[in-house]
Amino acid sequence: MSFLNLEHLEKFFGPTRVVKDFNLSVEKGEFISLLGPSGCGKTTVLRMVAGFESPTTGAITIDGQNMVGLAANRRKIGMVFQAYALFPNLTVAQNVGFGLRIAKVDKATIARRVAEMLAIVGLGEFGNRFPFQLSGGQQQRVALARALAPQPQVLLLDEPLSALDAKIRVSLREEIRAIQKKLGITTIFVTHDQEEALSMSDRVVVMHNGIASQTGAPFEIYSRPTTRFVAEFVGTLNLLTATVIDADTGTVRIGDTNVALNRPLPGKTGTISLALRPEVVTLGPSAGREITLKGRITEVHFLGSVIRIRIDLGGNSVLLDTFNTPDTPPPAVGTDAEISVAERDLMVLED
Amino acid sequence: MSAKRIWAWFFILFGMVYFLLPLFGMFQFSLKMLRGRYSFEAYRVVLRDPQFQTTFGYSVVLALLTIVIGTLIVVPTAYWVRLKLPRARPFVEFVTLLPLVIPPIVIVFGYIRLYNTSSILPLTGSWIGTNILVLFGYTTLALPYMYRAVDTGLRAIDVATLTEAAQSLGASWVTILARVILPNVLVSVLSGAFLTFAIVIGEYVFAALLNLNTFGPYMVWMGGNRAYEPSALAVIAFGITWVCMGLIQLVTHFSKHTKAKR
Ligand SMILES: Nc1ncnc2c1ncn2[C@@H]1O[C@H](COP(=O)(O)OP(=O)(O)OP(=O)(O)O)[C@@H](O)[C@H]1O
Ligand SMILES: [Mg+2]
Repeated sequence: MSFLNLEHLEKFFGPTRVVKDFNLSVEKGEFISLLGPSGCGKTTVLRMVAGFESPTTGAITIDGQNMVGLAANRRKIGMVFQAYALFPNLTVAQNVGFGLRIAKVDKATIARRVAEMLAIVGLGEFGNRFPFQLSGGQQQRVALARALAPQPQVLLLDEPLSALDAKIRVSLREEIRAIQKKLGITTIFVTHDQEEALSMSDRVVVMHNGIASQTGAPFEIYSRPTTRFVAEFVGTLNLLTATVIDADTGTVRIGDTNVALNRPLPGKTGTISLALRPEVVTLGPSAGREITLKGRITEVHFLGSVIRIRIDLGGNSVLLDTFNTPDTPPPAVGTDAEISVAERDLMVLED
Repeated sequence: MSAKRIWAWFFILFGMVYFLLPLFGMFQFSLKMLRGRYSFEAYRVVLRDPQFQTTFGYSVVLALLTIVIGTLIVVPTAYWVRLKLPRARPFVEFVTLLPLVIPPIVIVFGYIRLYNTSSILPLTGSWIGTNILVLFGYTTLALPYMYRAVDTGLRAIDVATLTEAAQSLGASWVTILARVILPNVLVSVLSGAFLTFAIVIGEYVFAALLNLNTFGPYMVWMGGNRAYEPSALAVIAFGITWVCMGLIQLVTHFSKHTKAKR
């Protein structure tokens, strides 16, 4: 049994089922991201763990202890909110020490721990300021320090970076991850930003309409999506429609080219969907990418170091990225082109 | 200057004269106690009067207690309504406005009928009971001002998220109210409190009908029996109200500095 377990969680708001049969086991010290589009139920799952919502059915256990029915203020869970939620009437130090004061820890210990936490988030000098005297990024660090100060069992973060500007967002996410690793705290991080989820997490749970569509390491989620939703939601993806010619040998027809996938496609007949990341497609012939498809260039986007090209394969269109080389100009729109891919990079999607 | 502006100025002046002239007349009259010259003799007599001192002190204590009771009732109520029962807000607002439409005389007669010496809860039978009754009466009168002020104060903070943040840090409901909500609406509570203070200090109907020797009945008694002192008293009472108004302004102004951007 893992440290934090969510088993068959279901949540209804009135007649609408917002979370459906949600299962997740989190090991101690693990960093898990819940990733999904707006309204898919990420916050609801998090709030059930925190104790702000109670699951309609299902179990939540932390360290073997049942959490369902336990009041939020007894769960020993740290929470960081998108809107910072610092107490405006308290100084930074008082904010960070709030949880310890509630726990009736003695003053000297509180002072020491507050100083320690503020040092960890890099705000050692800011103890006497009030929240309104801090920038958004600084406020969110204080909120993190405040959540961590009472040494909670689990840390929950609900889109903590969404209100910050892009640059701070990247640096703070690295910092959060470093602090999390240093303290070894079990963490669930909610985001709708895939880059955030992929770059920070040990494992990512991609959510869709209240269900966990796929759970796995970032590399797995990105490279081996098991559902069409995950494949489309995470990263950019080319979808190709193909017709199965022979399911046993894995021969399919894309446009008017027969392609051997060299792996059986059990139970597949008729048309299927193949998915392809832009970075596994090369323009022109390439060693190791033996499947070639012919088409015509329809779009060229010069993005600086990268050139993004769209090619029409007669019914299917494929996006691919090439690096810019100073001595060759980008290809022109309307010219014929040939792309090459490797058979193993053509993912067969379960619908 | 356009005609429009001239008229605007005319009405402002007219309003000021209409408002200030009687005040000035009263003030001037209060200075005339000594024949033939202006003096503060009437004020000296009033302030020296032991009756003034006891009744005024009594009213101040009642006012302060009213503020405490009012705060204890209004802050948790307004907080709970915002947090958990937003749909009940119009109803609660309506209830808090009732004291403005029901005359105090009706309220106090109702009280006397309900709590007289032959009722189940004979509050009017004892000194302490009567005081409890008048305090609750005054709290009722203060409700419209207190509730409005506190509700406005709560609007300025993110009640739901702050509550959850405090809960996740282990705080109970009482702790949340005392350490998070109350300190953040203190400015609003204070502005409601000053109004309450001004109302209670000058209140007559409740005190007279419950037979309490507060400042209100004292003023009325003075008015019926003396010549110059009532004017002096009126000016003093007026001064108190104005100081309270000024304090409200001050407190709200002060708060803008400490909470500028959040
Ligand atoms: N208290 C509530 N009452 C009724 N419906 C709710 C309530 N809270 C959330 N919902 C609904 O549940 C669904 C999931 O909401 P949730 O807040 O969990 O989404 P989310 O994945 O966090 O989205 P976002 O990325 O926009 O924050 C939404 O359709 C929302 O409208
Ligand atoms: Mg959300």
